[in-house]
Order: sequence, then C-alpha cells, then structure tokens
Amino acid sequence: MTKRLLLTGVSKSFTLHLRDGVTLPVVAGVSFGIDGGECVVLGGQSGAGKSSILKMVYGNYGVGAGQILISHDGGQVDMACAAARQVMQVRRRTLGYVSQFLRAIPRVAAIDVAAEPLVQAGVAVATARDRTADLFTRLNLPERLWSLPPATFSGGEQQRVNIARGFLPDLPVLLLDEPTASLDARNRQVVIDMIAEKKANGTALLGIFHDADVRDAVADRVIDVSRFACAAVAA
Amino acid sequence: MTMQDNDPPLMRVSKLSHMYGDRIGCRDVSFDLYPGEVLAVVGESGSGKTTLLNCVSARLQSSAGTISYRMRDGRMQDLNALSEAERRFLMRTDWGFVHQNPADGLRMNVSAGANVGERLMAVGQRHYGRIRETADDWLGRVEIGHDRIDDRPGTFSGGMRQRLQIARNLVTGPRLVFMDEPTGGLDVSVQARLLDLLRGLVDDLGLSAIVVTHDLAVARLLSQRMMVMKDGQVIETGLTDRVLDDPQAPYTQLLVSSILQV
Repeated sequence: MTKRLLLTGVSKSFTLHLRDGVTLPVVAGVSFGIDGGECVVLGGQSGAGKSSILKMVYGNYGVGAGQILISHDGGQVDMACAAARQVMQVRRRTLGYVSQFLRAIPRVAAIDVAAEPLVQAGVAVATARDRTADLFTRLNLPERLWSLPPATFSGGEQQRVNIARGFLPDLPVLLLDEPTASLDARNRQVVIDMIAEKKANGTALLGIFHDADVRDAVADRVIDVSRFACAAVAA
Repeated sequence: MTMQDNDPPLMRVSKLSHMYGDRIGCRDVSFDLYPGEVLAVVGESGSGKTTLLNCVSARLQSSAGTISYRMRDGRMQDLNALSEAERRFLMRTDWGFVHQNPADGLRMNVSAGANVGERLMAVGQRHYGRIRETADDWLGRVEIGHDRIDDRPGTFSGGMRQRLQIARNLVTGPRLVFMDEPTGGLDVSVQARLLDLLRGLVDDLGLSAIVVTHDLAVARLLSQRMMVMKDGQVIETGLTDRVLDDPQAPYTQLLVSSILQV
C-alpha cells in the first residue's frame, strides 16, 4: 500500500553565503513512511534537525536531495521538487501545519485568525466561526479574548489559537511542531485527546514533542533523528 | 479565495527586458501569474522592480520579450500589440494601479466621492444616484467616514489618501491590481491597518496582484509567491515563506538577515 507520506534519502544543509559560503550539514539519508491513522514522532536532542525535517515536508525549506512523496488528490506529489503553485494546492487540501509560534496578523481577531483556513476552504464564515468557537471553548481559551488580535496574548494563549487554526480543517496529513510546549497540564490533555481523534479519523500525523508524557500518549513510533545526523564537514 | 487548480495563467511574461539607453532596467524576466495569486517583487532601490512593474502594466514599452494577458473573453492578448484605445480601456476596467504616492493616482482637486465615481463613469455608468451610492459604499469599505465624501483628498491624512486611492482602483471590479510600494511613506500603525485592509480585499474579491516592495514584512503578509531582483534580474523565486525562511541566493540571504527584529 502507498504510504500517505514517504521520505526517501532526504538531506538538508545550509550554505551561509554571508559567512564565506560555509556549509552547515543538518540531516542526510532521512527515510521513513507514515500511514493514515498513524502518529510518528521525531525524537533526538535540540539541533538534531527535527524541525528542519517538518519544514522540508511542508515546503517551507528547500530540500538538498531525496524525495518527499505525499498522497494528494488521488496521486502523489514530490514536495522536494514541486512548483510553488503545487505546494500551495497541497497545503490547501492535504497538508496542515501547527507551528510552534503564531505569526499574528495585525488587527485580525483571534477567532478569525483560527477560522481563516476553513473560510479559504469554502466554509461559510458563520459556520467557520461557530466551529472555531467550539474548539476555543474546548481549549479553555477565555471568550473575552476571541474578538481581540492575538499579538498581545500570552504564549500559551497564542499557541491555542494556533492549534485551533491547524486542527480545524480536516486535512489528511498534519505536521505538529511542539504544539504543547507552552500549555499547562489540563490543556496538554485536551491536545492529546484531539490528536487521538485525528488518528481515529485516519489522519497521518508527524510531530515533535519534548514532553515525554505527551509523546508517550500519542506516538505510535518514535524516530530518533540523530541517526540521520551527518558528519560535520565544512566546505 | 477563488484560486482554482487548473485555471490558465492570467498573465504570462516571457524574457522581458527593458533598457534605458545603455543602462539595464530589467533583463530576461519570465513568470506566470495565476488568478487569485499575489506575487511580491522585492529588491533594493535600483534593482529594476519598478521598471518591471511599469512594463507589465503597459505603462512602459518593453525593449524585448512578450507579455500576454488573458482578457475577459478568455483569449490571450499580447500587450505590446494593443492599440492605445484598447490599452486605456484595460487600465480603466480590468486593472488597477496603486501608486506609492497617492497624489499620483488621485485627482487632488475633486472630492473623494468624485475620485471614486470618476472610474465608474469611465466604464459607462451614468446614473448619478447609483454612482454616489457605490462610491459611498466603497469609502466605507476602505474605512473612510461617510461625512468625508464631499471633501477633497488634500484635506486627508496620508493613510486616508492611500485608502481612497485603493477604493478608486477597486470600484470597477478589476481582476489584476499593480501596487508600487503601497505602504511606503506611511507610519507603521497606518501601514498595519492598510495591509490588513488590502489583505482582506484581495481575499474577498479573489484579486490577482503584483506588489513591488522593499519591505519583506509586507511581502510576507500579502503574497503567496515572491521574486527577488538584483541589478535588473530575478535572482530567486519561489513560495514567499520558502524564500524568506530558507533563502538560497547570497543576495537574498543578505536581504533577509538585514531585517531589524523588534
């Protein structure tokens, strides 16, 4: 059976042209696959390249070598070499991403920030707001914050807006970059439950979690990214 | 967003060059722009981005290359082959052009309402009441109070003038809007309001846009795709977040690393 997401021989390095073109190798030979209904967690210490792998899958970082095949619209797209327009289509209909930090848009209310992907997918604004309000309630985000722009929110409040934004659309593949890092125990448990529901619905999840308890609760497999570390060879 | 997967491009630019005598304005630029897509063109002063904008908006005759545009009837039209009358008609109906300096895009000696209404009259509307009603509606959409409809733009602040210019451009329902540093010269708080407004309008109306800016934050907020220019040439292109988060070309790395963090 075709994997929902399949990485084969993926490598990444950064060339710093402002530092005499020095090359920083990040990862090499990254190969693994994820099926629907499965949650794979990337492990390994800070700097091992976990976030870089997520960002390559999302098309946010360029890919040095290898293939990142994602099932999209009945076919497969290689995110390593897809054109910008194709990446946008994959993000709109197949691939979601919950980043660690919210990129707040000035003047836009939290509820509209979180509802935006639903509205862009064609859901009526009122319906999208209702669904967002339900999820905000579940995430214990105080109602008095919903109509305010999130720029002044605390880290944990911003993160819950971000989680709602990422979890609301029903996309077949979801990337999670430490979505529970600034949450208290009660809200961590809500996110654990939400991840379990996504798995039950057949979503393929790839995540990074530093909390051992969250990781143990959601992971079907942990992949230690340090085994993809490349020997540091400077150019 | 009204972006569809299999729409043909709205504009196709191929090997476009413009020379100012011996000096290069822009050289060998090619790109496709799709319906509903916002393309940012970034680079420092003198990189050729405004020359490029003026060429693709048919305000400047290019020295070489082709620009074709999908007309409302679906056929691709070579812009260099347009007659002057056809070119003017396109600019009045299907296109908008937002200048950095609102005074370049407004008529400063007539009222705000007339500035908006004039574009409607140019496309053949004659009913005074309806024109005024539409103008009033558009002033509201760009957050200009109804009580200012009879005031001249000279009495407006810089931010209000820029919003009036946007209303004047969008009132005829264009499919493509060109913007040259739309937030340049405005205070940051005024910029944020204008960006939010532009972002909402582009989304609601499903507009395509080409935005020239030297401000990478503006590009990040408004565009999905980005072209980086230097010395008249495109040196890097791609998804806006990819170009900003993992810049490849030495010059793009310099630009991105030069952003001040607050």
